[in-house]
Amino acid sequence: MSATTMESRAAKRANSLARQRVWALWGSYIALGVFVIIFLVPPFYTIITSLKTSAEISAQSGSPWMVKDPTLENFWYLITYPNFQIYYLNSVMITVLTVVISMVISILAAFSLSRMGFWGSQALSTGVFLTYLVPPSLLFIPLFQIVGMLGLINSVWCLALLYPTLAVPFCTWIMIGYFSSIPKELDEAALIDGAGYLQMLFKIFIPVAMPGIIAATIFAFTVAWGAFLYPLAYLYTSNQMVLTVGIISDLIRGDVFQWGKIMAACLLASLPPIVIYAFLMDYYVAGLTAGATKG
Amino acid sequence: MAVGASVSTNTTGRRDGGSQPKSSLKKFSQRRSTIAFALCLPLILLVSAFVIYPAFYALYLSMLNKKMTAFVGLNNFTFLLKRNTFQLVIYQSCLFAISAVLIKALLGFIIAHLMHNIPGKNQRIWRGLLLVPWVIPLALSTLTWWWMFDSSYSAFNWILNQFGFEGVPWLGVGWIARLCTIAVNVWYGTPFFMIMYLAALKSVPEQLYEAASIDGANSVQKLLFVTLPMMRNIISITVLFSLIVTFADFDIVRILTAGGPQDNTHVFATYAFQIGIQSGDIPLGAADSLFMFPMLAFAAFFVLRGVTKRTKEIAA
Repeated sequence: MSATTMESRAAKRANSLARQRVWALWGSYIALGVFVIIFLVPPFYTIITSLKTSAEISAQSGSPWMVKDPTLENFWYLITYPNFQIYYLNSVMITVLTVVISMVISILAAFSLSRMGFWGSQALSTGVFLTYLVPPSLLFIPLFQIVGMLGLINSVWCLALLYPTLAVPFCTWIMIGYFSSIPKELDEAALIDGAGYLQMLFKIFIPVAMPGIIAATIFAFTVAWGAFLYPLAYLYTSNQMVLTVGIISDLIRGDVFQWGKIMAACLLASLPPIVIYAFLMDYYVAGLTAGATKG
Repeated sequence: MAVGASVSTNTTGRRDGGSQPKSSLKKFSQRRSTIAFALCLPLILLVSAFVIYPAFYALYLSMLNKKMTAFVGLNNFTFLLKRNTFQLVIYQSCLFAISAVLIKALLGFIIAHLMHNIPGKNQRIWRGLLLVPWVIPLALSTLTWWWMFDSSYSAFNWILNQFGFEGVPWLGVGWIARLCTIAVNVWYGTPFFMIMYLAALKSVPEQLYEAASIDGANSVQKLLFVTLPMMRNIISITVLFSLIVTFADFDIVRILTAGGPQDNTHVFATYAFQIGIQSGDIPLGAADSLFMFPMLAFAAFFVLRGVTKRTKEIAA
């Protein structure tokens, strides 16, 4: 076999490989495009409906996927509607409280579990992970009784007590992973320099593990903002409700569905998570996948 | 109960501290573990008060009669098992969880592969778009699905009518309503699988594929003998974890159908809500949700095993 034929065969092969690659690339883009379109149908329909007047929706004529004369009146109605303002305020309040409580508890615990250790700390780490796997729907009935005993039925504050149980286990788990990856030499150096444990935590661990803290914070935020079962089960007057249940109980009265307003309310309520994810998605994805690929 | 246990370890820790010989190193480690325990105390208290105590309380509650005045043993459990509706609930919960998780895993795997094919700098925007269903709070996006499935003015039926088909009573007929709840769950959960699998795909060393192509492996063989073995652990962790979450799902069924038509779509959580909170039979509701426990414990055991194995692999 002469050198030239081998060369040309190799070139041909490289050429066909390159062509295959281009095809695979375009195929991937097209398939991804189809998936994106399917996945984005509901959000798109939410936006379309939120721009319609009640008259246009109840006329039921023409394509439901188009809007004839777009209007912002649904949004304006909600922004000036006192109940909706209360729901929003309650949601923000409870979410902020949950995030703060969860982060304080989980950072302290993760610091202790990853670095200091005590009798039974290994078992506790495992227990924390198992707690993360307990879904809210398993224990909401005994919790109903417990919340009742505490006198917090129909009080929005009971959520600030219960949401951390959903957020803390996973936040602690993420933080243990991030803290463990900090080299031991750093805390030895700090100890030699005479730093206490709390100083070590605040001056070294928290700044170094900031990406993990951001990921855990987003997780706690997501849990608190979107939870539905607890508020549905424990709250029943509108001045105590949060967004997820308030929208349903307030804008659906018997058989009257004000779909335009419901969809506008969904959009307004989804706005904080969407904004947060738009900016901090990378941290969250890194934190979430680190749990599976690292630890 | 667990609160008591944690308090007692605390006091023994302190007593030991007093009786230790005055070696400064020992004292140092003693102080260290006391501080360590104190830092964990909020976590222990929270979990004991709102997870462990309720779990045992649920066991106790489930053995009371409806007025919670008398102890009835396992009567609530046997009563539920004999009930036709509850048998339907068991069937539907398993069907819902297993089929939804399988579809999510498959779609997530496909999308992750497509994503892995395109250049890294474009992945961010596509990933962002695909994650939208997962970012919107589930209770709110399910409302939109409900509106799209609406019986009088369904957006889907309008499309079907345009192509000359009859409208479908989406949430009005048992089997169709079941498929609708599964579809919404797949829509919501697929992005999670996608990001987990994408991260796993990225962690497979490129050399393995190069070695495989030198040995003459085609792309199917590469998938079967390189990608899948490397991802096996993450696939199983993700699937089992999602099985837990899907099995215990409440939001979708509650909003979309509230269990109807004729209790065909009830899952454990929504049925427990209906009998426990709405009808006020707390013990029966507690018994209903406890039926989830064996399934959850089974999945949790294997998730934990997978995660520990993974940790050891990485450490090695």
